Amino acid sequence: MAKLKELEDYREEIEQCVKCGACRAHCPVFIAENREGRVARGKIALAQSVLAGEVDFSGKVLEDMSQCLLCGSCCAQCPNKVHTEDIVAAARRRIAKERGLSLFGKGVAAVLGRPKLMNMLAKSGGALSSLLFKKIPKESGLRLRFPAPYIEKDRTLPPVTAKPFRERVPEIIPGDPAQPTVLFFTGCGINYMYPEIGEAFIKALKFLGVTIITPKDQACCGLPAVSAGATGTVEKLAEENLAAIGRHSFDYIVTACASCNAGLGNIYAEMGEEFTEVSAKTMDIFVFLAKHGLPEKLETLPKAKNRTRVTYHDPCHLRTQGITKEPRQILKALPQVDYVEMEDAGTCCGLGGTYSVYHYETSKKIGARKAAHIAESQADLVATDCPGCIMQLQDSINHADQKQQAVHILNLLNEALDQFK
Amino acid sequence: MLDKKIINKIRGIVGKEHVSTEMSDRICYSYDALKLKFLPDVVVHPVTAEEISQIMKLANIELIPVSPRGAASGMTGGAVPVQGGILLSFERMNRIIDVDEDNLVATVEPGVITEAFQKRVEKVGLFYPPDPASLKFSTLGGNVAECAGGPRCVKYGVTKDFIIGLEVVTPTGDIITTGGPTMKGVVGYDLTKLMCGSEGTLGIITKIIIKLLPLPEAKKTMLVLFDTLDGAAEAVSAITRAKIIPTTLEFMDGRTIDCVRKATSLEVPDEVQALLIIEVDGDRDTIERQADRIAQVVQPLGVIETRIAETAAESEALWQIRRSVSPALRNVMPNKFNEDICVPRSKVPEMIRKVDEISNRLGMPIVNYGHAGDGNIHVNIMFDQNEPGMLANAQQAIEDVFKGALELGGTMSGEHGVGIAKAPYIPLEVTPEAALYMKAIKKSLDPNNILNPGKIFLEEQEQD
Repeated sequence: MAKLKELEDYREEIEQCVKCGACRAHCPVFIAENREGRVARGKIALAQSVLAGEVDFSGKVLEDMSQCLLCGSCCAQCPNKVHTEDIVAAARRRIAKERGLSLFGKGVAAVLGRPKLMNMLAKSGGALSSLLFKKIPKESGLRLRFPAPYIEKDRTLPPVTAKPFRERVPEIIPGDPAQPTVLFFTGCGINYMYPEIGEAFIKALKFLGVTIITPKDQACCGLPAVSAGATGTVEKLAEENLAAIGRHSFDYIVTACASCNAGLGNIYAEMGEEFTEVSAKTMDIFVFLAKHGLPEKLETLPKAKNRTRVTYHDPCHLRTQGITKEPRQILKALPQVDYVEMEDAGTCCGLGGTYSVYHYETSKKIGARKAAHIAESQADLVATDCPGCIMQLQDSINHADQKQQAVHILNLLNEALDQFK
Repeated sequence: MLDKKIINKIRGIVGKEHVSTEMSDRICYSYDALKLKFLPDVVVHPVTAEEISQIMKLANIELIPVSPRGAASGMTGGAVPVQGGILLSFERMNRIIDVDEDNLVATVEPGVITEAFQKRVEKVGLFYPPDPASLKFSTLGGNVAECAGGPRCVKYGVTKDFIIGLEVVTPTGDIITTGGPTMKGVVGYDLTKLMCGSEGTLGIITKIIIKLLPLPEAKKTMLVLFDTLDGAAEAVSAITRAKIIPTTLEFMDGRTIDCVRKATSLEVPDEVQALLIIEVDGDRDTIERQADRIAQVVQPLGVIETRIAETAAESEALWQIRRSVSPALRNVMPNKFNEDICVPRSKVPEMIRKVDEISNRLGMPIVNYGHAGDGNIHVNIMFDQNEPGMLANAQQAIEDVFKGALELGGTMSGEHGVGIAKAPYIPLEVTPEAALYMKAIKKSLDPNNILNPGKIFLEEQEQD
């Protein structure tokens, strides 16, 4: 049985916090809100007090626990490497258990736990969208992963596709038997909102002769539910995915969504021995491509005369796993790209699973800093490796009245691959 | 708990959204890096000196303790409300009011983060040297109150050497200014210096006037590995005798190097017993010359290897060694006391030998590293509080280390201050007469003893 850790299981790690305050320099929420309850050190102190029975999860303690992106920026700079993101997630699970899922949590759990409902919502997207979202970019958007009443009217979301990605591709695309077999874990973002990323993924792997399995019955990875504290949903989704994945044999599970990568690679790894193989085989698309010689192949293409200036945003769920080189390596190798590094490329975009739904104002402040760094880099495009980040980055750019586009690196790779024909 | 009427009065002063009696906030403002917890009754976020003045007046009428808090990154409990009451936190007072390039002076509010200020002045080619390890998150108000130091202080001096004026709310609620934006000024007592390092017990800093320097053109970092501790210590004197004052002169002893070696991929030969990280700054020609000269004068002193960083990345890699010390120590023992004694720089080797003797006698690991250039050694006493007797031994070690430093003409704290952590040891260093002098100042300025009470001097000492 899939099983997530309890708050009590983190007791020792919680004690490792020496209260030095280093997280105050790195927590995006603290930098936006500037109150101790918003920073990792404060949340650790609250968790300590809860475990000691001095306070319970109610009132402002709840609010403070909800004010975390689970981005792991604090842990990256913590002298004792305390994983506040895991501790807060465990606290949220306990909150959900003690007090029932909060409204937002219920919304997320209801939608994510039911793929058919998601398909239905996707297909009826057009009707809902005009009510909910302003029309930037031109097409209207739709809430999908987010419960409608919580979505602000001034928010840009991508259009929802009428035909989900997994309905567009055959479950198995045979390749060169000498090449590895990859199981494509699409995630919801690609399936329902950015099918073109999925198509670019297929194209890149076909180019390498890889056999691609895209199980139709895969579910959401469960990461937004982790953010919401919906223990049951996370565990149920993990088991559904284990079953869907387990029907196939493959060398790697490859993701093009940082969150899914962390979900399968990290969260599942903690849930029981039966997930060991899934977690061990999970790999980010650019790590896979770099490992299988794509940068070298790209280098053979002549550099374009008029290149586009592109910068890269590190999704938290890759950065915290130390995956920062490969996406840049691929970007820099693209013939049409003039790569430029922006300041603070590794700070969270402000989406944070379900965070931005119920703390949209703070989320916008965090996004505004990001947008400013993008503008300073003078890039025309900000590329990343996570549909969630793309969504948030574009919203932040639009709020700042800037012109840049947020794209997936795979979108750019897609263009470059055409030159090999 | 404070009376509802008092809370309402505070709300009237600063606005109700800036006053919290929520348990969540009381917990979050109850600690600093000493890791002890004292709950305030109310957390207040003021934004002007006037608001703080009114709070102090109210606190004197109602006899409520008031404790100021910056980022609470201090190591000695200076910012924790040991007697509860009002906790004043400065997150809202974080404006850089002015950077005056004509006069090389800046004016800031106390909640400004040290590094943010440094980056701001460096944009216009100016320089604020004090660099406590916490500079990315500590506040300038806290730096002034604790008189923070840092590696660069060897060459440039500590926080107080850059503070030329202050606006202060007195313990009884008056707003006064001390010093001013001039480089000279001798009218009246030097209250600016008195406030620096007063640990929030004599007044609440609401504005800081800071002297700036031109930003040095470049810097150069080098790592020197020695086969003996004495070699490294002698190197410090040799560099001084060569009439070079490096920007930083950081030292790690053999035990520290062992810890770092175990925890990281640090490649240092086994026979290395001490190392120095030396940085010089200035114009390019000068630093090249100084770096060569340093390498030359230390060479006969048992140098195993000298690595000079040629690029910013190489320099960063050398500093990474220093930064990896603190986390690496955690692997040795779960708990540590980090003391920051300071001795005359020539006495560093003698001090290290004394520490070794204490370590061997009490049977507990003690590692030494720190700012050799100014004799400020971080003595880390490692222990496991769950092992019977170890905590008592560690406390004995602290006392012996302090006594050792004092015997060599040193002090028990170069940077961290007294707070509550070192209050029990004050009589070792401060004579009864000097203590009386200090307490007389405190008593006359804060007759009700409500401003950050319980700090520096133990309460029972205050009653005699």
